[in-house]
Amino acid sequence: MFKILQKTLSTGIATNPYPQTAALVSEQFRGRPAFDFPAWQDARPAAEACPTGAIAVRDSGLTREVAIDYGLCVFCGECARVSYAGGVRMTREFELATRSREGLRITAQYELYADGTHKQLISTDEAGAVTAVTAEMLGREVERTVRQALGRSLAIREVDAGSCNGCELEIVALNNPVHDIERFGIHFVASPRHADMLLVTGPVTRNMEMALRKTYDATPHPKVVVAVGACGISGGIFGSSYASIGAVDRVIPVDVYIPGCPPRPEALLHGILLAVYRLARA
Amino acid sequence: MMNSLLRELREKLGEHVAPVATESSAEACFQIAPGDIPSAVEYMRDRYQARVATVFAEDRTPAEGVFYNYYVFEQAGNPGYLILRAAIPAGEPRFPSIAAQLPAVNWQEREIQDWFGLEATGHPNPRRVALHDNWPDVHPLRKEFALDQALAPFAGEQHVYRPTLGEGVFQIPVGPVHAGIIEPGHFNFAVAGEPILYLQLRMFYTHKGTEKLFESLPIPRAVFLAESISGDSAFSHGTAFCQAIERAAHIEPPARAEAMRVVLLELERLYNHIADIGAIANDVGFAIANAHAGRVREMAVGLNEALTGSRLLRGMVCVGGVREDWSGAQLARLGGALDEVEREFGEMVALVKSSDSTRDRLEKTGILRPEKAEALGVVGVGGRASGVDRDVRRDHPYAAYALFPFRVPVYREGDVWHRVQVRIDEAGESFGIVRRAAAGLPGGPHCAPHQPIPADRCALSAVEGWRGEIVHWVRTGRGNRLERCKVKDPSINNWPALVEAVEGNIIADFPVINKSFNLSYSGTDR
Repeated sequence: MFKILQKTLSTGIATNPYPQTAALVSEQFRGRPAFDFPAWQDARPAAEACPTGAIAVRDSGLTREVAIDYGLCVFCGECARVSYAGGVRMTREFELATRSREGLRITAQYELYADGTHKQLISTDEAGAVTAVTAEMLGREVERTVRQALGRSLAIREVDAGSCNGCELEIVALNNPVHDIERFGIHFVASPRHADMLLVTGPVTRNMEMALRKTYDATPHPKVVVAVGACGISGGIFGSSYASIGAVDRVIPVDVYIPGCPPRPEALLHGILLAVYRLARA
Repeated sequence: MMNSLLRELREKLGEHVAPVATESSAEACFQIAPGDIPSAVEYMRDRYQARVATVFAEDRTPAEGVFYNYYVFEQAGNPGYLILRAAIPAGEPRFPSIAAQLPAVNWQEREIQDWFGLEATGHPNPRRVALHDNWPDVHPLRKEFALDQALAPFAGEQHVYRPTLGEGVFQIPVGPVHAGIIEPGHFNFAVAGEPILYLQLRMFYTHKGTEKLFESLPIPRAVFLAESISGDSAFSHGTAFCQAIERAAHIEPPARAEAMRVVLLELERLYNHIADIGAIANDVGFAIANAHAGRVREMAVGLNEALTGSRLLRGMVCVGGVREDWSGAQLARLGGALDEVEREFGEMVALVKSSDSTRDRLEKTGILRPEKAEALGVVGVGGRASGVDRDVRRDHPYAAYALFPFRVPVYREGDVWHRVQVRIDEAGESFGIVRRAAAGLPGGPHCAPHQPIPADRCALSAVEGWRGEIVHWVRTGRGNRLERCKVKDPSINNWPALVEAVEGNIIADFPVINKSFNLSYSGTDR
């Protein structure tokens, strides 16, 4: 007993104060790929290299539409690596959760040279995409909101609807002393009947479809659903097939989407706080 | 050796036994007839004490008019693998089962039945395993079956479990959605009061069509799919896959890449072992140890991120080596962080060991006897805690492991505590391996440039993931794609061991026994 106390005292506080302060993200961390649309000379190599089709090009004559979907992105950095002439770079941004699936999509239209490289940017809807609600902004008010909306507690039921377990590892990490999600009055519960929120990872498999529906139905109103990771949002690299339905929102309604492969714990926290706001307004 | 083996097999089975060309000198392959399978397996076992590492099938009907069944053998002291291949005519889609003699292949044979529609004749329990009972009569790994084939809503019969009979005997169904944050599967317990009489498992809830999907992706993209087979083994599965491609195409990763892979494979083992020791302590109520383990694991995954850009080591391995080189600053960070993790790990382990109540709950709990472990073909941590002295890193060296000898811990007690002890010992070895590999990191490139992968080459690759033996086998196809990719996660070997280990234990100890094996559902189900 003495040893345990001694170790606890000598360790001190381990909790990372995010979102009150910035997250401790290493230099090498691969967050959101950022696109410099006017400077991007050719989207084809990036589209070719992307393992999940998160960057897609569609040419018609001498015009091209480039569609980017952060909901499919696995943050591997291949797009930046093969875009030798610039136009794509990996940033360390991870607060990417949105309340709408559309919010994760960007398109850009280009006029092309005959060799298929970009002559000039015609238009892009980038400005409207990827919400800039940082967890820091959310964090300042979150305690008050959680208290108002949920009587000082948010109960989450996690549902693995077919994941590779990568997302689960990071969700489990929310409970460790470093990320300590309980400091917000948020905790994980054993039954959907006790839950305010379902945190669902994917891709939803054919074999988990029924279980996911039953879990959703067993969760009392008001409830929010958060789709976690590329596979939960879109099916990710697994897409849809004979065995995989793919996106969680093809089976149950989703309120918040958290991109990542998997999302780091701070990104999960950001998305969960965003969902709490949604619940507070319900 | 191989010539003499061919002679022996011909003597035993007949002159039709023929050598099949392989791409790697570490693999020998002979073709046998389907009827030979039981006697060939028996001969390899009795004469060479060879173990069947995996059994799988391939649909070659469009190209050759046959299915192939592959039986992969390994033998103590021999770094090579022997593969026996049986050609099964499309018109007679059946092969003799060996599951009654060799329980280790029970699930894998049934997987072949479900996915290829080849009947394992004489199988002691031929029910579906890899497709659930309510699925229509389809065989997804046949070439005629399309990946995106739409299946009607499942209307078939649900699985019927062995009934639980007798006064005071109850059935407890659990899952697929569990109480904790874990993967989905169904456990059906029969209990008499507290003790568990028997456990029935239903897996494959997370079946994602992964092996089928491998047949449609360009190889560079398929590397990312390999990383998504089992999220906690992303680097091990990724490496197993890339090695298979490299062997098929005769690509030699540079020495620097091989050493970097060793560092990252061991860091993967470390972060998982650290988390598991904490989680096992937590399951018997020692939450403080788990809190420390969670903290130390964060240090380890932070180091992963500094070395690869990903906390879970994703996006780093590639065909030919690794994607990014390390700077001096990254290597310095590795040295410093590793010392800190090792010190903290040591203190966390001391805490667990000092708790008599924790040890009391873990010792003699969930015993898997060595005879059972051997018969079931149990691998990895679960095997080594029950006397199975195998480790792919030592027995079939890959990457740069031959340069860094290490000790393989083996115990015979087979209880939860010794599965913890194996993890403690292995983590200790891993710190040493990482330090030696990083200190002597060779110069030169970190990736071998290569041409598109030639078609119709087959190769096998094995990696000792933190959980145990991972095997990938590929046949390359045209257009830099694959014809077939077989994935064997160690979990598929070890689930039946869990069934054995829980018998007679109280149901309250099931979570900790399960955690002590910590098998991958996604790796099993694919």
